[in-house]
Amino acid sequence: MSAETIQSRRAWLLSDRPASRLQARLGRAYVAWRRFSANRLALVGMLIIIALLVVAAFADVLAPYSPTVGDLKNARLLPPGAAHWFGTDDLGRDIYSRIVYGARWTLYVVILVAIIAAPIGLLVGTIAGYAGGWTDTILMRITDIFLAFPKLVLALAFVAALGPGIENAVLAIAITSWPPYARIARAETLTVRNSDYIKAVQLMGASPFRIVLRHIMPLCISSLIIRVTLDMAGIILTAAGLGFLGLGAQPPLPEWGAMIASGRRFILDQWWVAAAPGAAILIVSLGFNLLGDGLRDALDPRSGDQ
Amino acid sequence: MSGDTLLEVDDLRVTFPTRTGLVQAVRGVSFSLGRERLGIVGESGSGKSQTGRAIMGLTPPQAEVSAKKLAFDGIDLLSISPRERRALRGNRIAMILQDPKYSLDPVMTIGRQIVETLRTHEKVSKAEARERALAMLQAVQIRDPARVFDLYPHEVSGGMGQRAMIAMMLVTGPELMIADEPTSALDVTVQLDVLKILDKLVAERGMGLIFISHDLRLVSSFCDRVVVMYAGKVVEQIKASELRDAQHPYTRGLLNCMPRIGFERHPLPVLDRKPEWAA
Amino acid sequence: MTAFITVEGLEVVFDRFRALKGVSLEVREGESYGLVGESGSGKSTLLRAITGLAPVSAGTITVNGKTLGKTRDKAFYREVQMVFQDPYGSLHPRQTVDRLLQEPLAIHGIADGEKRIERALDEVGLGKGFRFRYAHQLSGGQRQRVAIARALILEPSILLLDEPTSALDASVQAEVLNLLEEVRRRRKLTFLMVSHDLAIITHMCERLMVMQNGEAVETLTASQLIGQRVSEDYTRNLLRASEGFVRA
Repeated sequence: MSAETIQSRRAWLLSDRPASRLQARLGRAYVAWRRFSANRLALVGMLIIIALLVVAAFADVLAPYSPTVGDLKNARLLPPGAAHWFGTDDLGRDIYSRIVYGARWTLYVVILVAIIAAPIGLLVGTIAGYAGGWTDTILMRITDIFLAFPKLVLALAFVAALGPGIENAVLAIAITSWPPYARIARAETLTVRNSDYIKAVQLMGASPFRIVLRHIMPLCISSLIIRVTLDMAGIILTAAGLGFLGLGAQPPLPEWGAMIASGRRFILDQWWVAAAPGAAILIVSLGFNLLGDGLRDALDPRSGDQ
Repeated sequence: MSGDTLLEVDDLRVTFPTRTGLVQAVRGVSFSLGRERLGIVGESGSGKSQTGRAIMGLTPPQAEVSAKKLAFDGIDLLSISPRERRALRGNRIAMILQDPKYSLDPVMTIGRQIVETLRTHEKVSKAEARERALAMLQAVQIRDPARVFDLYPHEVSGGMGQRAMIAMMLVTGPELMIADEPTSALDVTVQLDVLKILDKLVAERGMGLIFISHDLRLVSSFCDRVVVMYAGKVVEQIKASELRDAQHPYTRGLLNCMPRIGFERHPLPVLDRKPEWAA
Repeated sequence: MTAFITVEGLEVVFDRFRALKGVSLEVREGESYGLVGESGSGKSTLLRAITGLAPVSAGTITVNGKTLGKTRDKAFYREVQMVFQDPYGSLHPRQTVDRLLQEPLAIHGIADGEKRIERALDEVGLGKGFRFRYAHQLSGGQRQRVAIARALILEPSILLLDEPTSALDASVQAEVLNLLEEVRRRRKLTFLMVSHDLAIITHMCERLMVMQNGEAVETLTASQLIGQRVSEDYTRNLLRASEGFVRA
């Protein structure tokens, strides 16, 4: 592509008078992207998350060994080396392969929690904020009840009731992580609900349902995306915590938290067994945090319309 | 009216950096001010407020102010230190903004704010400061100064708040007052009361006043001279009394396009903006 | 001609504050009626009470023969539309002009959307080039034109105007006032217009009501006001204030 076409494409995207719906939308996205990409650390965060996605997608290709079947006879607790980059664990499994496959489980947990918790929070928060009165009071008191317990303790209680396993861990984390989203969505709703543009839609004869869904929710989504991204690290840690306590992923699943738990027993002599998954959790959490910070700058509705 | 020159502005420029490059909000404004009332009129984006802020030294830090000359009473405002600038501000040059709600400190009583202003600029005892603050509140025709002295800004009406703001600004006895849309947030009847007070104080104290507004008719009825701004430039300077004979089509258009009681014109004449006005 | 909008003994109370204290008025079909007053006079509250945005505690509102209850149905909003004061606050920040204009059509299930949007944009003097812009890509006057287009797209017979030009520059104000007069003539609309500016009201309206502290001060025709034939001191004060500053 020559410099000229790039230049004209940029002008097309930044045009003050878009000629189609698509151009308007792309232009908006481009402005957000420019703001996002101006933040170096956010780009680093995004690269980490992209790397996580790639690793998860191509785990079969990237992992040299099976994540679940080890060589008990010859390869127990080997230190990092050429054959096993991150060493092996007590069952002779290659830790590098386990971490690569573990990326899938980490993504699985994070995405499922986000898909379950964020819409619940959004719905509860916007409805409470827009309806006000009794609806608001009831919904917010329920939210408060959930917020009153420490997250991990509540998740523990749920998993204990539902039975251990990674699906139940996801469910438990989702159940405990929606209340903050509801709070954010409600606060955001309260600031826009009395604005003239919402009144104008009311005067069109729109139903409350339509107003919440089509006019209020889109305004709450960017703050919510930011918050969810920032929470991803927390979700990973909670999942790891549950895994560590034996209530999340069950052996032999290569879930990072569970891997740390099993490495705990020989942490002093064979440090790499726990350190490698620990580092993986650290890096991915950091990635999500950096990404979230960048998104906040790029999407924050308070930072002006452009 | 205009005796010695109080303020001299020559080729004032204010430039803002934006994503798409530099934007000049003020593009070479020149005028001088004696002890008189000068109106700066323009529509939004004409650079009138940025002109006032640049004189006051309140331009946002990312913007750049330059001028061939920007002198207050012989002091070159662009070469003195920020510290000296601060000492001038509030003491010898004062500014009133549009909405008292945002320019008064909400958690401090009105009286204390006036006293603080006075005591930052002059060495006076607390008792004397209070005395002078009360006198100042009286001067802006607040009926019960002692009561208003102990009120918080949110406890008074808009007109009262703006009077308190004027009192606070005038208590140090400034020589130059910049009023940026001082009455636009007020009801019409209150607006005139506030203007009357401002007019009287300016006349009594022999101050120079720069009155920035979008309302050409109001400015022309209040000021001695009017500077009309368009797109960051001065398009016309004219005596308020001769406004009817304004030459520039923009000035004439602005005067014409407002509905007036007793002058039926349907449709209203509209401004036909010419690109060369901004050139 | 018969009364098109009738308001009788209207009371509005917000948290014990009586914003309207028994106000009555009659607007005829095709008429342009003005409400003048300073802040707190209840003039905007009156408009909002008609649209159902302010809680009515007593009194009745009748529009085109139908007495309004607590809620308004969709048919009401096809008859009555409103233009808000602040063009910077009345357009959704995340929607294009196209989306804004489509919304009322979608709500009312109107089929010929494309045509109506193009016609509405033409009518307010914006044209197709503005269709896919966001509010932040428009000037104040353009925003207010979009707001007018949005109000007109349902083809109402009554337009409620809440200080439609007070946030605009004088030259833009003239353009918007001219536009409003033009659409009124073309579509034979009934206007109920609120302003603090007597000159605008006398320019736009045939009859007007002066309000103060939630009550009606007096009802006048525009020519009575122009001829200074007013009976209340308050109105006289307002008239004097609109002349500008007079040095004693």
